[in-house]
Amino acid sequence: MNTQAISLQTMASPHARAANSVSVVMLKVMAALVPATAYAFYLFGSPAFWLWAITIAASMAGEAACLRLAGKPVKAVLYDGSAILTGWLLAVSLPPWAPWWIGVVGGLFATTLGKQAFGGIGNNLFNPAMIARIMLLVSFPVQMTHWVVPAGAPSLFDGLRITLGQMPVPDAMTSASLLGWAKTDMARGIDLLHTHLPGHVFDWNGARVGSLGETSVWLIALGGIALLYMRVISWHIPVTMLIGLAVPAALGHAADPARFMDMSTHLLSGGAMLGAFFIATDYVTSPSSRAGQIIFGLGCGLLTWVIRTYGGYPEGVAFAVLLMNALTPAIDRLIKPRVYGRTMGGKPISLKGETK
Amino acid sequence: MLTPIISVMVLGLIFGLILGYAAKVFAVQGDALVEEIIEMMPGTNCGQCSFPGCSGAASAIVKGEAAVDCCPGGGRMLAEAIAARLGVSLEAASEDSGPKIAVVSESICIGCAKCFKACPTDAVIGASKQIHAVLKDACTGCGSCTNECPTGAISLEPIPVTLRDWNWEKPALAA
Amino acid sequence: MGIRELLTGVGWGVHPHNDHKRPAADVPLRVMPTPAKLCIPLLQHVGAPAKPLVAVGDRVLRGQLIAAAQGNVSAPVHAPTSGLVAAIGEVTAPHPSGLPFAAITIETDGLDESVSFKTVEDPFSLTPDEISQRIAEAGIVGLGGATFPSAPKAQLGRKHSVHTLIINGGECEPYLSSDDSIMRERADDVIDGVRILMHAVGASKAKVGIEDNKPEAIAAMRKAAQDFAQIEICPVPARYPMGSDRQLVQVLTGKEVPSGARTATIGLLVNNVSTCAAIHHAVRHGEPLYRRIVTVNGGAVAQPGNVLAPIGVLVEDLLAFAGLKSEPARLVMGGPMMGVALPHAQVPTVKGCGGILALTAEEITVVPPSPCIRCGSCVKACPMGLVPLELSAQIHAGEYDTADAMGLDDCLACGCCAYVCPSQMPLVQTFSHAKGEIWRRAQQKKRSEFTKQLAQARQERLEREARERVEAAARRKAQRAAQQAAAAADNNTPSEGAGA
Repeated sequence: MNTQAISLQTMASPHARAANSVSVVMLKVMAALVPATAYAFYLFGSPAFWLWAITIAASMAGEAACLRLAGKPVKAVLYDGSAILTGWLLAVSLPPWAPWWIGVVGGLFATTLGKQAFGGIGNNLFNPAMIARIMLLVSFPVQMTHWVVPAGAPSLFDGLRITLGQMPVPDAMTSASLLGWAKTDMARGIDLLHTHLPGHVFDWNGARVGSLGETSVWLIALGGIALLYMRVISWHIPVTMLIGLAVPAALGHAADPARFMDMSTHLLSGGAMLGAFFIATDYVTSPSSRAGQIIFGLGCGLLTWVIRTYGGYPEGVAFAVLLMNALTPAIDRLIKPRVYGRTMGGKPISLKGETK
Repeated sequence: MLTPIISVMVLGLIFGLILGYAAKVFAVQGDALVEEIIEMMPGTNCGQCSFPGCSGAASAIVKGEAAVDCCPGGGRMLAEAIAARLGVSLEAASEDSGPKIAVVSESICIGCAKCFKACPTDAVIGASKQIHAVLKDACTGCGSCTNECPTGAISLEPIPVTLRDWNWEKPALAA
Repeated sequence: MGIRELLTGVGWGVHPHNDHKRPAADVPLRVMPTPAKLCIPLLQHVGAPAKPLVAVGDRVLRGQLIAAAQGNVSAPVHAPTSGLVAAIGEVTAPHPSGLPFAAITIETDGLDESVSFKTVEDPFSLTPDEISQRIAEAGIVGLGGATFPSAPKAQLGRKHSVHTLIINGGECEPYLSSDDSIMRERADDVIDGVRILMHAVGASKAKVGIEDNKPEAIAAMRKAAQDFAQIEICPVPARYPMGSDRQLVQVLTGKEVPSGARTATIGLLVNNVSTCAAIHHAVRHGEPLYRRIVTVNGGAVAQPGNVLAPIGVLVEDLLAFAGLKSEPARLVMGGPMMGVALPHAQVPTVKGCGGILALTAEEITVVPPSPCIRCGSCVKACPMGLVPLELSAQIHAGEYDTADAMGLDDCLACGCCAYVCPSQMPLVQTFSHAKGEIWRRAQQKKRSEFTKQLAQARQERLEREARERVEAAARRKAQRAAQQAAAAADNNTPSEGAGA
């Protein structure tokens, strides 16, 4: 072989990389969401499917438009899968039979103002799906709290007509979610011991009123464990968020069962599981050190409980996550891992080897 | 209705007075800033910037009469440092081929000794009628010598990169 | 933290699935036949380059001193075989810049005549200074890649009263197995070198750290060390960069080396196994360092394996010996994580070169970078506990001083962060650039202060000269005035003047 002729373009080390890419990570997360989403489509029928598709399409369209305006390469960034994932996560937190324009407005908002306006992927301060959801909740409270009972799923095209708003939702199908029911009843003076909550948290088939992501918490949790196994997320945020939610709930329920819901209700209802495994663990908006992640998770869980119990809205996960997102830069600045050979304060360790 | 208007106006006046007073009392002394910039400069008073010495250039820069990259001896690094201190942006327009030093082409040099009288750091060595040479460590690349040389024997060349001072370029990132 | 990390207790670093060491590591050691040309560089170590002692046209013999050490931290260079000195000039350095450096080119004559070597029956009867002297004369430097001259290092160890030698048999880089080979086939040489070094440094014990992906080497070393209770063979988990001295010290002794300090300050000295074997040859047999085991590996190599090659052999000759089965996409000296990419194959191998890799396009990943998604994989991977994503963001924003304050100097440039990054960010290049830029700015500052002093001196000189001129002129004027006055006085009394 003629080695004389080898003249190579030299490059920096390392010369080999792990076979990992942003699209691979996004695909893994989407794969973990598939079981719960598919089951939810089965329960709620095709309107849910159409809403999901429309939301994802809208978020992709928003991202593409922003990239084109900014003169950045559209295809490369779009195909990394982050816009699709944002749309997907937003879709599973919406009411399944919401009208199409909720999906469109939410999807566009999530990627344009929630992500691209900050500078694109990696630069956003808040979780895009959650900020879009909150915007929709605050702007269109009626449509965003219009829950349906998962029974009698309509056909594909009937479902499309429901989503497009051409067929009204039959009254018999509408209902309040468990958390919503509990809050309204308490506002009316009926405490938890005397109310009749619709459905039971331990419904194994997950057939309860709520958004797509609330139906089968077991499938969501399964997806979350799959993510842990695939090393996409680490245990720090999900576990501490659930602890942060469970501990105050248990304490509160022990103190006054009529006023505070018990631990399992909190953990298994609403978006707690979805939030713990899929929403709060978003890379960009959570701290990068392990200790920081623990604080972040505990904060999310605690704030969720506080908002659910004392706040005006029945569901607190989205607000809690957004509030902790705002604290992430501060957490990252204050809490840094200890460097080898230095103390926590950054000075070189003494010769005796103490790390304090 | 009148009360809120009057009260806000009065508040505005009071705060405006406080701000004006503070602007006068806490203003950064221009001299201190000029001193800082003089500190950063090569300090050779070569005059290539067309100002009277480094202090003249520093005052001109602070006053805004001179561009931050007027000093050839300091090069791009100095321009960036001054721009950072003053909080102005540096146009990337000026093409900078890196720091330079003077080099004597020995075949052309006639030994007239005009260049070493001009050098502000005495970096040129050589006597009259002898071929001159430049001490690399002392040369700041200001170019005073090239102005004086009648034969063009001395010129500014980019400093050659050796294995010791070669460095990786900052890699380009996506978008 | 996965199961592996939980069990081994080591959370940092990376563990590539396939370390590509076998089958090259299992092939028996081959000795390379003398090539026609050797280019022996003068700077193959940390410190001042060696100064040539031979001239063009001289005939040199194997083991002959051809360049002398300059100063305390330096190493001499010896001829690997006999031949004629063809040139003393510049050849391309094994460096990505492609810049040249000084080397002595020898055209070999194939006779392989050697100088006579001074053997020593019992090295333990020599004083530590004498042993250091022999190590220095043999030109031994750290063969693990750091190439710090071993004699000053041993003296440093003595000065700091080092009590334990840490012997580095880690070899954590994928593809490489030269230390593995020397431990399998020359374990006795290694252990003898360890004992000699212990005597030279004054250490009472030694711990040999060997990654557990080298069971044959562990077995061979255990057998060689079985009679010496003070030498302990310690298998360590196979995880890159376990062979980094700071990480090895932490895993073997539980202590951390303070930032910015040498391991000697905590009573430990780290030396590579190949260096110990070279110390054995130098002290016991008087043979200087002129050849070493080099792993030739990579997807493009026809017969990968370990080769005992002379120092200064050109990479193209080494590849010709091992055979290439396809056009390599990249040539690397060292391992894939920290090795240097070579500009072409006509570069010489150096003392610190443990491997030459001829990698195919499939083995190297050249993917354009995408923006950082702050996933934190780099933070988990960094063995030094730094936050690469923050450092990279600061450096790209031009905040070099902030990056310095965040611990840029502690970065080993091991490449773990860039290896795991899903956005394929060029992290190591960014950090290398920043370190170089900070150094350059410091140099520039020193230079500015120097030129300022020069300008001031010149001003003073000019002022002094001006003053002297004025004084001289004043004196001359005074003299002339005095002369005139005297002449005028003479004129007024002509009769007296004529008579005298």
